[in-house]
Amino acid sequence: MTKAPRKAPKKEQKQVETTGHSWDGIEEYNNPLPRWWLWTFYGCIVFALGYMVAYPAWPLLDRATPGVLGFSTRADVEKEIKRFEEINAGIEKKLAETDITEVAQDPELKHYASQAGAAVFRTWCIQCHGAGGQGAKGFPNLLDDEWLWGGDIENIHTTITHGVRSEADDETRTGEMPAWADVLEPDELLAVVEYVLSFNQRDANAKLVEAGKVVFEDNCSGCHGEDAKGNIDVGAPNLTNAIWLYGGTREDIMETVSHGRGGVMPNWNARLSEADIKAVAFYVHGLGGGQ
Amino acid sequence: MALIDKHGVIERNATLLLIFSFIVVTIGGLVEIVPLFYLQNTIEKVEGMRVYTPLEQTGRNIYIREGCYVCHSQMIRPMRDEVERYGHYSLAAESMYDHPFQWGSKRTGPDLARVGGRYSDQWHVDHLTNPQSVVPESVMPKYGFLKKRMIEPEHIEELLATYRAAGDPYTDDMIAHAREDFLAQADPDADTDGLFERYGEKVQVRNFDGEPGISEMDALIAYLQMLGTLVDFSTFTPDASR
Repeated sequence: MTKAPRKAPKKEQKQVETTGHSWDGIEEYNNPLPRWWLWTFYGCIVFALGYMVAYPAWPLLDRATPGVLGFSTRADVEKEIKRFEEINAGIEKKLAETDITEVAQDPELKHYASQAGAAVFRTWCIQCHGAGGQGAKGFPNLLDDEWLWGGDIENIHTTITHGVRSEADDETRTGEMPAWADVLEPDELLAVVEYVLSFNQRDANAKLVEAGKVVFEDNCSGCHGEDAKGNIDVGAPNLTNAIWLYGGTREDIMETVSHGRGGVMPNWNARLSEADIKAVAFYVHGLGGGQ
Repeated sequence: MALIDKHGVIERNATLLLIFSFIVVTIGGLVEIVPLFYLQNTIEKVEGMRVYTPLEQTGRNIYIREGCYVCHSQMIRPMRDEVERYGHYSLAAESMYDHPFQWGSKRTGPDLARVGGRYSDQWHVDHLTNPQSVVPESVMPKYGFLKKRMIEPEHIEELLATYRAAGDPYTDDMIAHAREDFLAQADPDADTDGLFERYGEKVQVRNFDGEPGISEMDALIAYLQMLGTLVDFSTFTPDASR
């Protein structure tokens, strides 16, 4: 069989002009640009011109041309924040003006405060106090009945507003657990730790407990009380229960007594509105431990 | 359009093509870059910005050395969700003394532009030592070793002089007293009059990590606790048209 003669290439049949260049006999067709490409290109130019009119574009002497649409991310975010503020403005104002102890009596405020308080808590509080308010070593659990600075809603509100040992607020809560290693003799330290351990009927060294009691009464009872039940006015914890912010083993207590403690909580009045603070105080109070 | 028909001349001469390309790119670059140096919205003046203290600057270098910027940005975008979570959106002026800036676009962890004062020093120590002890779901690695690496202000004058060369307005006085200021900021018992005079009354002076001596932990926490606290936003009203 003989092969059918090859068809000539399509292009050749169309008789397209060449550019006239010739390199070693190779010539170049002068095909026009594809029409879709050309029109897209023109479209882009038109779009760019429109964009320059509509949006900030040309730098002038001290600022760029603003564009007729008035685009501004700053104005946008301000508008957006204002929109949400306005939606809640009524209830926020009411919450800010209502005494914290009376929030629970108004069903509308109560509902709003617990929802808004949960949102504030998730944003600002969980990093220290835990997602569920369970706390961590050095960061108080908010679910139990132990409150360093008082667990009624007014005290919680004050603590959140002014913080604890917060340098930035003059009304902050202050109280100090000093480093007793600078003050007491080593045997006195050992004794007082045994005395503290004995509160929980734990396995304390009976010989040292008596001596420890004397050390405690001379040095510790001023803040922690004669009965060691603590004092919320100075943030002194109750030592007679099983709740320990910095651990309750013999070693932990020794470390706390020797080197002192002084946890810091920021004052939130600089970052949160009064309504937000009231809401989160209400939420924390309702977590389970509130008195 | 006789001139346009002469493009063949450029296409046939590589050197000429290179020269003309360079001119075109230069014009484009000038138009895009130069306005940033004079437009009001990029050089907006704000009150309160100051150069970093020697200890903060050292902490900043540790921040960069440890690659904190890989997971943490330092720029709060002007969007409602960001402003509600982190605070006022960042201003260009707040990074004016950053070389290089730490804006970033990658957030495995949260933005740190306003982390200063948000947590206690002890929280930072606990969190850097073992992030999961306070934030169980965190994927951040542990940086407890910083506490054990004690630092001396050995090259602190050179460090400040280098930043001065990069454009930070460190005065001769600041550089001369760099060592003393470095030590004073981490020592609550030190004489801090000079430090306050040079860097302002708002400089935070504490034993940041609660341990004796100055460790890298002290420097890093001093830097973190300063972040975003310099500009007082209660007295600042941004111009919305910017």
